[in-house]
Amino acid sequence: MNSGIESPKGIWWKPAHRNEKIWVAIAFAWCMVLFAMMPFWHLRGGQNPSGIRSKVEPQAYRARTQEFIRAYQVGTESGIPVVEPPAGSDVYVMAMMWSWQPVLRLRKGAQYTLHLSSLDLNHGFSLAPVNLNFQILPGYDYALRVTPTEAGDFRIICNEFCGIGHHLMLGRVIVLDDQTASAPGPTGVGGTP
Amino acid sequence: MTQFRVCPTTGLKVDPQADALIKANAVVATVTLLIGGIAAIGVLLTRWQAVHLLPADWFYRLLTVHGMNMLIFFILFFEMAVLYFASAVLLNSRVAAPKVGWAAFALMVLGTAIIEWTMFTGQADVLFTSYVPLRATPWYYLGVILFAVGALVVTILFFATLVVAKREKTYQGSLPLVTFGAATAAIIAVITLGHGAAIYIPTFFWSLGMMNVDAEVYRLVWWGLGHSSQQINVAAMVSVWYLLGALTIGSVVINEKISRTAFVLYVLFISMASAHHLLVDPGFGPAWKVWNTSYAMYLAVLASMIHGFTVPAGIELGQRLRGYTKGMFDWLRRAPWGDPGFSALIFSIIIFGFVGGITGVTFGTEQINIIAHNTLRVPGHFHATVVGGTALAFMGVTYYVIPLIFRKKIAFYALAKIQPYLFAVGMLIFSTAMTFAGTFGVPRRHWDITFSQAPFDLQFSPTVDLVMGIMGIGGLIAATGGGIYIVVTVWSMFFGKPLEEARV
Repeated sequence: MNSGIESPKGIWWKPAHRNEKIWVAIAFAWCMVLFAMMPFWHLRGGQNPSGIRSKVEPQAYRARTQEFIRAYQVGTESGIPVVEPPAGSDVYVMAMMWSWQPVLRLRKGAQYTLHLSSLDLNHGFSLAPVNLNFQILPGYDYALRVTPTEAGDFRIICNEFCGIGHHLMLGRVIVLDDQTASAPGPTGVGGTP
Repeated sequence: MTQFRVCPTTGLKVDPQADALIKANAVVATVTLLIGGIAAIGVLLTRWQAVHLLPADWFYRLLTVHGMNMLIFFILFFEMAVLYFASAVLLNSRVAAPKVGWAAFALMVLGTAIIEWTMFTGQADVLFTSYVPLRATPWYYLGVILFAVGALVVTILFFATLVVAKREKTYQGSLPLVTFGAATAAIIAVITLGHGAAIYIPTFFWSLGMMNVDAEVYRLVWWGLGHSSQQINVAAMVSVWYLLGALTIGSVVINEKISRTAFVLYVLFISMASAHHLLVDPGFGPAWKVWNTSYAMYLAVLASMIHGFTVPAGIELGQRLRGYTKGMFDWLRRAPWGDPGFSALIFSIIIFGFVGGITGVTFGTEQINIIAHNTLRVPGHFHATVVGGTALAFMGVTYYVIPLIFRKKIAFYALAKIQPYLFAVGMLIFSTAMTFAGTFGVPRRHWDITFSQAPFDLQFSPTVDLVMGIMGIGGLIAATGGGIYIVVTVWSMFFGKPLEEARV
């Protein structure tokens, strides 16, 4: 037998040792299990990144979001409009340097179609503290079907570098329990993530 | 006619031009490692929230510097040296066209210099990925193009040297496995650099305002460069594993067919891994994601699992053939643990396989990617693959390149002995802590996770502070190991005691 830096002489296409054959067989079987799990979880899993995807010009997306804000605005917080859309509606959030607009008030257990897009650069949608992450691009409308399963006060971190103010880019989502009529107050109340 | 020298250790005939090209590339690699390493400390001490060293602009600037120097300059200059070594040196051949090699080296150095200048002067605060439409000066993109052209020329020169060696019958039989592995790395390099050209040339024109580049198309093609370049590293690193096994303990290739087939699987399937970055992107459908991120049924993972068996098995058999046959683990216990080449090899296999490989493959699924994308889990993963795996293997092989090519004795050998241990343990702590922090949703590439100036408040779990502190300590241990590597190698290269040699 030769080392890895010597030329093998003659024909080196020889049958493998039994141990090697067993290992390759185990590894191959494991790879197939892993592969089978991917479509399986896509069909059976409750949380997939596919969504409804379409192209949209940033200006058009801005106009659509502003229309959405006008329709359902209930207040303003830190200069950002607060919006409470009805259950089952299309919800629009725009990412820009360096804010997420608007602040959302959603109902626990209700279904929404959450549209995400950017007006300028790449941004990263990261919902804290549940830790759900999506890449947000200018020119693409990424619509995810979401049903909030717990009430609370959530944050949207931007986790894609978007210039010098990247660390300032923090949004807010409030999920109200259907039972309680009173909404959590401003920042910090209702359980800090 | 080329005047060869005969290596007294291996008996190989070495072309002085190959020697010189390897030396030049290795020296520049070390310089860029030093720049990237200093930037690493700045970045580390800023993310360690208790220290928070740098202001925001310098944090993102040095993060760009760190990424480019480590992932592109250090690794690729080193790989250029590996390509010359695996072709000309291992095959007893001359370099096909040394002048072309020097021209390519000059292009790469020029590209590097332009990029360093634009980064340090704040004209390219766009991080390693430079996602369009985030804009850098056109000089930055031009620098990348020059560097990539240089690397592509060296890769072609590698293939030309293989042809010359074959035609001039400088070796008998087939290519050695290490050269075969390096050839697969070179093929992946061609694929990678093709993607680089396909994205950086349009981006260069975009930066001049002459055309548009779609943000998603950029991400798709750019990752064909960004991730595939890390697959060059995988193939090169596995070749270096076989090389280090041979040099340190005379390990053998158990079955050439199996090992070579595994390398071919890399060529065929591993480039698909770049799709992992796009799992939570809006531009692609589930079928595309599933097929590509599984590397077409995990056949590239199969390749790594095969090497993960054959490399240690070759080491065991090599040891047994040298007489360490007592019991089950005598071969392992009596291995040369004081040889930095050997300890680096073993740590590289373990960290790459168990930490880097497993995290990488699991992140490459739709559901896990949702909870991992752009969190600290991602750098946690690739510091285990590229740093604990590739860079550590390259460090290990340097302790052999210096006596074999530079003809110098390793200085401060006692320090060199402990270097792989420090680096590996530090990197393990660092990667694990980073991964842990990422599971809490801590973002990567972020200056201030206390969000002190943001419009809303956000506090992570107190565990995050603890874990980020552990990350800082692990990072400092690894940086100490890296510092020792630079001191030992630079001192040996320039002031080391020369070894005698023969000429023919």
